[in-house]
Amino acid sequence: MQTSQPLKPPVVETYDELLGPGETYSSVTARIGDIVLYPLLKTPWGWIGGFVAAGLLLMLYLYSLATLFTVGIGIWGINIPIAWGFDIINFVWWIGIGHAGTLISAVLLLFRQDWRTSINRAAEAMTIFAVACAGIYPLIHTGRPWLDYWFLPYPSTMGMWPQFRSPLEWDVFAISTYATVSVLFWFIGLIPDLATLRDRAQHPIAKFFYGLLSLGWRGAAKHWQRYEKASLILAGLSTPLVLSVHSIISFDFAVAQLPGWHVTVFPPYFVAGAVYCGFAMVIVLMIPIRHWFGLHSLITMRHFDVMSKVMLASGLIVTYGYFGEIFYSWYSGSIYEYFLIVNRTTGPWAWSYWALIIFNVLIPQVLWFKRFRTNLPVLFFVSMCINVGMWFERWVIIVLSLTRDFLPTSWGVYTPTFYDWATYIGSFGLFFILFFLFIRLLPMVAIFEVRDLVHKTAHKAHDKEDHGHAGA
Amino acid sequence: MFKRKSNAAEAASTAPATYGIMAEFSGTDEIIAAAESVRAAGYTLVEAYTHIPVHGLDDALGHKPTRLPWLVLAGGITGATGLFGFMCWVNLVDYPLNIGGRPLFSWPAFVPITFEGMVLFSAFAAVFGLILICGFPLPYHPVFNAPGFERASVSGFFLCIEAKDPQYDAAKASSFLKTLGATAVHEFSE
Repeated sequence: MQTSQPLKPPVVETYDELLGPGETYSSVTARIGDIVLYPLLKTPWGWIGGFVAAGLLLMLYLYSLATLFTVGIGIWGINIPIAWGFDIINFVWWIGIGHAGTLISAVLLLFRQDWRTSINRAAEAMTIFAVACAGIYPLIHTGRPWLDYWFLPYPSTMGMWPQFRSPLEWDVFAISTYATVSVLFWFIGLIPDLATLRDRAQHPIAKFFYGLLSLGWRGAAKHWQRYEKASLILAGLSTPLVLSVHSIISFDFAVAQLPGWHVTVFPPYFVAGAVYCGFAMVIVLMIPIRHWFGLHSLITMRHFDVMSKVMLASGLIVTYGYFGEIFYSWYSGSIYEYFLIVNRTTGPWAWSYWALIIFNVLIPQVLWFKRFRTNLPVLFFVSMCINVGMWFERWVIIVLSLTRDFLPTSWGVYTPTFYDWATYIGSFGLFFILFFLFIRLLPMVAIFEVRDLVHKTAHKAHDKEDHGHAGA
Repeated sequence: MFKRKSNAAEAASTAPATYGIMAEFSGTDEIIAAAESVRAAGYTLVEAYTHIPVHGLDDALGHKPTRLPWLVLAGGITGATGLFGFMCWVNLVDYPLNIGGRPLFSWPAFVPITFEGMVLFSAFAAVFGLILICGFPLPYHPVFNAPGFERASVSGFFLCIEAKDPQYDAAKASSFLKTLGATAVHEFSE
């Protein structure tokens, strides 16, 4: 209940366990809950500074969007034949980042991986905000975003319907379903924690706010039974959903006939790339958060170790995809496919292909070593490299294929303009402003799940004492 | 409701009626054992309130498995058949487009949207089904009046016997719960 005194836990790095030593039900509840229940005027300066910085980026974003809406998409560098530029690169990049959150919250729940517990809430929040950033790009790149409702099947006076056979229309359903299900899953996961905050909050406004959102949760056994069933079902639904979403996004490319796009391996290759980039973003966000908010005993070195391993594994799948592309460009016997690799490795944008190889294939190999997996500055650097590298991957796929496709007479050049960069960099403002609001207003770690982890850890220790080494 | 009030009216016409008796236990094993004993003693209107999901507690309390999965199945079937049927109707009946003689009933192209519709409606059924079956939103509930119940969302394990239970007798229930190892027992009102 002491919300006025900031908690200053000692920094003890834990390498083998998912929880720091000596954590109890009340201590983890206080540690996570009090970050949210601080009085408004005692908000840490770091938070305010970050919020203001994100706000400035958001202004840049709003400025570039306002210019886009008043002037038109001519302010971007796209033209025929390069009709997809930064807008689609950023769309695929952001939505890929989102997929790691769903993977952590749903897939790892199904596999009963306890290490997901302390990171799933923040990762899910990252998913929702990344999907928000991603979803804006296809909406604004239509040129007339005020007519975007034409994507939706509604009985219009024009007597027409959307083309349900088009991957772009599949996108509409995939992204909107993904966004909706992610928000619902996230909210369901929050309900018991909102009840905890309602019961711990002192300020009447906070009590009212959390009381309203917690829907009157009281922890009844009957409700827990249904709740756990619903969580499991939602996890079971989200798992194929997340795979389908990035598969459908890859169909946007794979269904076209362009060299470098028309590839059957795209769905799994895109999904692995999404997981790769998403885990890198989770690590980039988690390292500063655990430092600033003193969550060392909840997000331990073990978490970073395991996340790095997932990142390494998905990175190797992506690497396999890169080698696959080189192989079938030769094996296909098609001069256009063959030229694709020549263009990528030696063409005018060759540096971007090699940057992609360095960032996504070479640098992450350090993750084979535990010394680097548990070295946070190194891990932060590697994760940043992967984020940049995965952006370059989409750049290479989209721009390099579109600028030089079949006939040299129809080749073109693509130069991103100031507004291309502004809509990209500005979207970080939207992402971070939402993220800062999230860590201020909602518990960034799932409190009841960590309490469950405390319970399991205690029981495990208890069983060990009882049975000695018999069970090991 | 009205009957109970008129019975108690002579004793105290303005005082709120007793809702039940709330006992606090120290851990998961203790509350499961207590729930089993309370049920074995013949109490029927018993519910536990815990800050974490306790596995086995629903069985100990005699709760039947939830019907939520059936609701989700119904939602999924509705979403999948509804969207698939809708796309067929659009492409075959309402707006048939002959593009180079390609078949109007091109069902493989309808699979992605059918799948997304199934997931969306299943998720709606799971989430709104959960909220409706639990009777949410319900900001007020009598159990919140039990002393110390704010711990039920932080660290507590509570067991409540309702006053409506045919066997209910405050003194008896209180001493019985104490023999089961309750750390605190309180009667509380609506």
